[in-house]
Amino acid sequence: MNRSWILGGVGLALLLVAPFAGFGTYPLHLAIMALLWGFIYTSWSIMGRLGMVSFGHGAFLGIGAYGSVLLWNTFGVSPWLGALGAIVLTLALAVLIGWPCFRFRIVGHYFALVTLALSEVVRLVIVAMRDHTGGSLGITPKSALTDGATVAVGALQFSDKLVWFYLVVACWLFALWVWRRVDRSMDRLALEAISEEEDAAASIGIDVSRTKLKVTMLSAAMTCVGGVLYAQYQLYVNPETVSGIGISLQMVFGAIAGGMFVMLGPTVGAVFLLALSETLRIAVGNTIHGLDLLIYGALLVLFIIYLPKGILGTLLARLQRTG
Amino acid sequence: MNDIFDIYLLEAVINGLLLGGLLALLALGLNLIFGVIDVVWICYAEMMMIGMYVIWWLHVEQGWPLLGAFAAGIVSIAVLGAALHQFVIRPVLSAEPINQLLVTGGVLFFLQAVATVAFGVEFRNLGVRLPTVAIGEMNLSLARLIAFAVAIAAIGGTWLFLSRSYIGTAIRAISQDRGIMPLMGVDPGRIYLTTSALGGGLAGLAACLLVLQYDIHPAIGLSFGPITFLICVLGGLGNLIGGFLAAFIFAQFIAVGGFLFQLEWGYVIAFVFFIATMFWKPEGLFAKRR
Repeated sequence: MNRSWILGGVGLALLLVAPFAGFGTYPLHLAIMALLWGFIYTSWSIMGRLGMVSFGHGAFLGIGAYGSVLLWNTFGVSPWLGALGAIVLTLALAVLIGWPCFRFRIVGHYFALVTLALSEVVRLVIVAMRDHTGGSLGITPKSALTDGATVAVGALQFSDKLVWFYLVVACWLFALWVWRRVDRSMDRLALEAISEEEDAAASIGIDVSRTKLKVTMLSAAMTCVGGVLYAQYQLYVNPETVSGIGISLQMVFGAIAGGMFVMLGPTVGAVFLLALSETLRIAVGNTIHGLDLLIYGALLVLFIIYLPKGILGTLLARLQRTG
Repeated sequence: MNDIFDIYLLEAVINGLLLGGLLALLALGLNLIFGVIDVVWICYAEMMMIGMYVIWWLHVEQGWPLLGAFAAGIVSIAVLGAALHQFVIRPVLSAEPINQLLVTGGVLFFLQAVATVAFGVEFRNLGVRLPTVAIGEMNLSLARLIAFAVAIAAIGGTWLFLSRSYIGTAIRAISQDRGIMPLMGVDPGRIYLTTSALGGGLAGLAACLLVLQYDIHPAIGLSFGPITFLICVLGGLGNLIGGFLAAFIFAQFIAVGGFLFQLEWGYVIAFVFFIATMFWKPEGLFAKRR
């Protein structure tokens, strides 16, 4: 136990000083993206690992991104408050969809497809409200960085990537902490019992629906925060990139490719997917349009067939066997 | 003024009916595969998209006659379905159900990319424009009428095949009891492969019907895929008749909702109806009572 704490501490320290090693802004941008997606995938896996595989987290990501941007652009509400509003809406939606799902025992394929329908609803509502949201063309938050200012704390806009880096690191660490808390709590044992056998779990006095709902709300709210950060960092969102089926599937893939049953698994998945798509984009992307996606899709299929526990999951299991 | 409004509404209802036939065909293929193999092909509509490209390529680029291109499209997607089962589904048959769902999600990206690499992202069309038919004051598209008739005929044909032929009976039997069939001397592997080819062939047929009405582009599967799964779930996954009826209900929501408000709101209403139904009857609208 002690050794992993020391390793973790050293790793974190290295990560925190990494921006000063002089790699330049592009690697810093990649690091921010990897950690931001690491944060989002970890949020997804909090419920995914307990047998609630959602194909609809794009709904929560979309509410976060569009909620904060629309409130800022239309009413000038600071994204900090906007994020709160988006979280409240996300929680309401999570309860609205989660409570009946858990009450009526909608699990497995059915749960995945119901949540998929939810994210489609959110995406289509965003597209349909095109007078306010810009439809499928997307939307840009109004810039608050006038007169050469680099920081607008109230508007959550920073032109300096360093600020973003530390902000995203903080969120990511928070997600890992939540992951660990859930992992260590009674709820996890209860939920694992539930994902094995719901009736048996209920028979020993576990309130199945309530326990599931708590974890779902937590995961949804964190994903929503991820959406707010994504919109403010990229300064552009469109319905397809935050709520499309592609992004919802990508979250599931990322978490599973890394290994959703270990704490750093989803982060490893995020780093892996980003490294893969960047490498492919640089190596082949410009010559043949679509070739990078082709290799990406083929690798995902091979991964699920040959490494169902994910990269980190398989690695740790192997280490445990030998050591 | 009121009369004209009603005629347009009626036209929307009829268009919904015609769309329903097409969706029912897609839902049939997906339901058949789920019922027998217990795997949802998330990439089902993408296989149809590949079929549309095959038909377009043979007819426009290679100068094949249209009917020949249609036949080749159906056969090639049937082969693609069998290949998907053999190389992707078979290795994960005993894995976690969610991994089976995800692996076909990977195939979805892969097929989209194949189409992009081979044909680019430009919109393509066959260049065949069928006229519209005027019935009373309504104008209905001939392509849609043909698509409806062919889809219904194909559904009837599949039904006959399943109920009358030996292999059809074996397919139905295996969907009812997976464990017992090997004991009866039926090789499940062969049945799975046949079902996958049949499911693929139905996607190929849907491609023939859609290619007459829509432009082809690599993302067109996404406009049909999600609706198709939801229809299957609404009718009860694996329940062929339920899926058939659910397709028509869904299509009416899309057509009439789209007519009264806006196209996207039609879909939103249909999806919200789907979610609400799930809570009311989680096992599907037309499930047999347990």
